[in-house]
This record gives sequence, C-alpha cells and structure tokens, in this order.
Amino acid sequence: MELLECKNIYKNYDKKQVLKDINLRIPRGKIIGLLGKNGMGKTTLIKLINDLLIPTSGEILVNGKNIGIESKKIISYLPERTYLDKSMTIKQTLEYFTDFYDNFDADKAKRLIKDLDLEIDMKISKMSKGMQEKLQLILVMSRNAELYILDEPLGGVDPATRDYILDTILNNFNEDGSVIISTHLISDIERILDEVIFIDKGKIILSSNADKLRAKEKGSIDEIFRRMFKC
Amino acid sequence: MNFVFDNDRPIYIQLVEQLQIYIISGKIKSGEKLPSVRELALKTKVNPNTMQKALVELEDLKLIYTERTNGKYVTKDQKLLNKFKDKYAKEKTKKYIDEMKELGFIKNEIVEFLREENK
Repeated sequence: MELLECKNIYKNYDKKQVLKDINLRIPRGKIIGLLGKNGMGKTTLIKLINDLLIPTSGEILVNGKNIGIESKKIISYLPERTYLDKSMTIKQTLEYFTDFYDNFDADKAKRLIKDLDLEIDMKISKMSKGMQEKLQLILVMSRNAELYILDEPLGGVDPATRDYILDTILNNFNEDGSVIISTHLISDIERILDEVIFIDKGKIILSSNADKLRAKEKGSIDEIFRRMFKC
Repeated sequence: MNFVFDNDRPIYIQLVEQLQIYIISGKIKSGEKLPSVRELALKTKVNPNTMQKALVELEDLKLIYTERTNGKYVTKDQKLLNKFKDKYAKEKTKKYIDEMKELGFIKNEIVEFLREENK
C-alpha cells in the first residue's frame, strides 16, 4: 500500500482554480522534491495533504485511508512560516510537543539541540532566525512519523544553515518513511532527492527519478527546471 | 573521504567513479570493510538510496562484495584491481593526449612535455 496517494485532486479558491487534477503516489523510503515556482500550488497541495484545507474534489489517502486524525499522527509537517510561540523557552516548547504528539522523541530532540550548543532555558525570541529555523526542523524531524512534509525548509537561510538542514534531513530519514520537500531552491537540495515532481500552474507536469531525469535530459534538475519554465 | 559532485550527471554514476578511485588507489584498502550505506550516504551527503545504487554497481563490477549479513568489503582480487587501475590510467592518458592534439601538438612534443614535467 502506498504511503500517500492523491487522486484527481482539484482545489478552487472561489472561482480561481489553483490545483488541477493532481495525481500522486508516494511510496516509502524516498526523499521527494516538490518543485515549482512561487504561487504554483505547492503549499496548497501540502495543506490539503495535512488536512488543513479541503479539496474541491478528489481523494487523498494515507496508508490507504482517508486523511483525518490517523493521518495527522503519522505526518510531521514543517510549515513555511513559523508557528512556535516565541515567548516560550526551548524547554517549554519541548514539553508542549511531548504533550501534543505521542510519537515525539524528546530525547532525540534534546540531543540535536545540544549539538547546536543551545541552552534549553533560552527563549525562542532571543534566538537568531537561522537558529529558530533549525529548532523548528529538529522538532519536526524528532517525531517518529512516517511522512515528513517540509514546506520551503531552505527559505532565506545561509549556506551553513542549509548544510545543517540537509544533514538533519538525511540523518533522520529512514526506509520506513518518506520525506517530501517543497522548494523553488532546487540546486541547493537536488543531490539528496530520489524523485522529483514539477508543479506548474496547479498541475503536475513531470514526475521522475532524479538520476534518470539527469541522464535523459543531460543536465542538473535545476537546469532542466529552468529550461522548462524559462525563469 | 571527500566527494565533489556536479549536478549535471546522475549522482550515482559519480559516486561509482569516485569510489572506484578510492578503491583502485588503495585509499580504501583491498579486503577492507566499507562503512554502512547509511554512514557512506551521510559522509558524502547524498541520499542513502542513491548510495545503495552505486554500491550495487560496484558489486556488479566485482570491486566490492557482500559478506552475508556482515557488510560489504573491497575485493581481495589484486589482478582485478590492477585491471581497473590500468583501464583508468589509459583513459586519463588518452584524454590528455587528445587535449594536447587539440592544441596542435604532435606525439613527439607531447612525450617531451611529459619528460620535462617529470624531471
């Protein structure tokens, strides 16, 4: 059974069609890049999978079942914008996550936080933007989930932070689960991807194994993407 | 181990090439146990599935072998290692000569360059 399956998904905001006939099958054990320019429907699709928006029509199945409480337990989601309460300390945030998610591995999170030399009693508001991004990723990757969905995890981070983020994703990825990474910063991330999905104007226009696509089109995923969209 | 990739070509092919050099140059020794797929993937910062694919390819080339449940090892077949080393040397030499010819040098001149450089 596929980990995630989207069947004929349409999403309209009023009269504007933002997703058109999205069909997706995501198996286990893969890192998948959801690639597209800004405003092409990536975040909308991710929000649908996370049950934060309702499709106009179509079906989303996680482990063969309709999404809902069960799917939320096994999907760990990093939204584009931070949702942490900045007045809380790291310690309080960890307690909050432990309370909220059965599968949150607080020991693992603490270990990763320690590696960053962060004091657990520090307030989030006192942390740099890069550190906040790292903390958020640690929290998301410390859940023993099956599907990790990271929406633009590299937005506006410096190269060192980017490397940290890629390492953390690779370190915590295992064959029982999959990771979907949405981004428009393709060259930074393409090396860790198994599969790529190109999304444009609300439609999936290409879905392929990353190395196969490089061999076929003789170029990097980033180049192929640019060629296709002339951006 | 230090790996450099260019994103233009399949990553697994580049992994095969670079691991091959580590093996034939003896940087990873004949008979030595390789780190796990996961460790190798983390070291090289590539996807474990891609690393796995590269190792399957190296195993097809017989440069590494799997000892049941025990992990992967570099071949002890010295003949095979020499064969790969030879092949690699020939490729490099051919590439160099082709480039020199492209610049308009003839054989004797190329040989002279090599002699000079090697003094």
